[in-house]
Amino acid sequence: MTEPVEGTGKHGNPLNSLAIGDDCLVLSHRLAEWITWAPTLEEEVALANLSLDLLGQARALLSRHGDEDELAYLRDPGEFRNCLLVEQPNGDFAHTVVRHLLYTAFLFELYGGHPEDEVAAKGVKEIAYHRDYARVWTLRLGLGTEESHRRMTAALADLWPYTGELFEDDPGLRAPWDAFVGGTLREASLAVPETGQRTGGRRGEHTEHLAALLAEMQSLHREHPGARW
Amino acid sequence: MVTTFEELIARDERIEPRDEMPEGYRKTLIRQIAQHAHSEIIGMQPEGSWITRAPSLKRKAILLAKVQDEAGHGLYLYGAAETLGVSREELLDALHEGRQRYSSIFNYPTPTWADVGAIGWLVDGAAIVNQVPLCRCSYGPYARAMVRICKEESFHQRQGFELLYTLAHGTPEQRRMAQEAVDRWYWPSLMMFGPPDAESTHSARSMAWKIKRHSNDELRQRFVDMIVPQAEVLGLTLPDPDLRWNPERGHYDYGPIDWEEFKRVLAGDGPCNAERMAHRRKAHEDGAWVREAAEAYASKAAGKGGRAAA
Ligand SMILES: [Fe+2]
Ligand SMILES: [Fe+2]
Repeated sequence: MTEPVEGTGKHGNPLNSLAIGDDCLVLSHRLAEWITWAPTLEEEVALANLSLDLLGQARALLSRHGDEDELAYLRDPGEFRNCLLVEQPNGDFAHTVVRHLLYTAFLFELYGGHPEDEVAAKGVKEIAYHRDYARVWTLRLGLGTEESHRRMTAALADLWPYTGELFEDDPGLRAPWDAFVGGTLREASLAVPETGQRTGGRRGEHTEHLAALLAEMQSLHREHPGARW
Repeated sequence: MVTTFEELIARDERIEPRDEMPEGYRKTLIRQIAQHAHSEIIGMQPEGSWITRAPSLKRKAILLAKVQDEAGHGLYLYGAAETLGVSREELLDALHEGRQRYSSIFNYPTPTWADVGAIGWLVDGAAIVNQVPLCRCSYGPYARAMVRICKEESFHQRQGFELLYTLAHGTPEQRRMAQEAVDRWYWPSLMMFGPPDAESTHSARSMAWKIKRHSNDELRQRFVDMIVPQAEVLGLTLPDPDLRWNPERGHYDYGPIDWEEFKRVLAGDGPCNAERMAHRRKAHEDGAWVREAAEAYASKAAGKGGRAAA
């Protein structure tokens, strides 16, 4: 195993490349699950793009800790360090949009605070686009029809409990995140829900959804131990 | 002086959307381009189902990008069809209601990872042979869409070949998986060129209009001649006992094709016809509220913009 890149961001900690690599890997996988199910052909292309960006970042970050495929395919759920938010199921398109808004608004601030980190410095440009994509869809769905507004409200209530965990390592990111997410929701006439909070992902304590995701993702690789692909 | 449609065709020039064209030419093109566009998006399904199980992160990225390309091809082609005066919505409705077809090849299943490689090598390979001549098709927007598409298809074919090569040189199980997938996809890929020339209903007129440049059998032969040496490099066999070099013709001879199976699959009796259509319809129906919301938002935004300008 190689040592993670040294250096610290403006909030004083080095980028937690294992946790963020796992976030990117799992969220990329969730987006890839949309392929052939997207609401429009444009969204097929866009969601695949987002998934590819995150997969690229995951590979770069995980490679700092060993062989990317061993890490992705041979670890059990308890060894993954991703946050609970990214492993939550796609649900309807509103859930996917809300999850992407909440997560990429966080990742944008995190990467922005780590100009010394190669992946973060390059990734922040990609994530700026992700955050914008999620913002635009939040406006469309929040302001579109009664149904879309209702679905967005439900998605926010379901996913908000997983937002507190994002700031466990770096509480300083909370204020700029609140400003962006709060501003976007206000503009979309959506209310910030009041919910409890759940954490544990960074310690390997996951919701049952991660095990199901990994069972599928790792199935073929594990059927052929030692094979090259 | 106005140049007539016939003169443009005779001079091998491109017909553009504003040019006059016979109704039959327009209808033939709409039918062909729509079928092609539908094939791109239905064709995402058999391979798309393997993205979440891709056995390495590198393969996952390659496959994701490929399936994304196919969605992009769908976009270019629906765009080309729209220049002929039909909307994407109308064409999608025609697909969902079974009034327009997609290529029968996508009604075969993909039971193993090796099928992803076989599709790339054989199906994208056959698509290239079919489509390269379409880059010189008489209808400008279609020809230009094909130039972009063909470039990407040749990537897909190389990647499929490389995937199969890796399996064929891997463990005994991987090798068996690769051979079985080639056995499954060889005959259906030969059928992709359509019925034999003697039975092809639309061919003659499409050739006269320079939509089509070569006959079905000519293209099929070109494909066989291309894949035989490639199969040798892979170290895999093609499931055709009659396949052999014919020095007089300067081509490979191949065995008789089971056209009864072709007709069955075309008529909707293939192993996955119902599944592919149900998947597509469900995706479309599930997305209806999203499209409605986006439209409602756009018209509200346009309304606001209008007032602001006034
Ligand atoms: Fe394609
Ligand atoms: Fe392709």
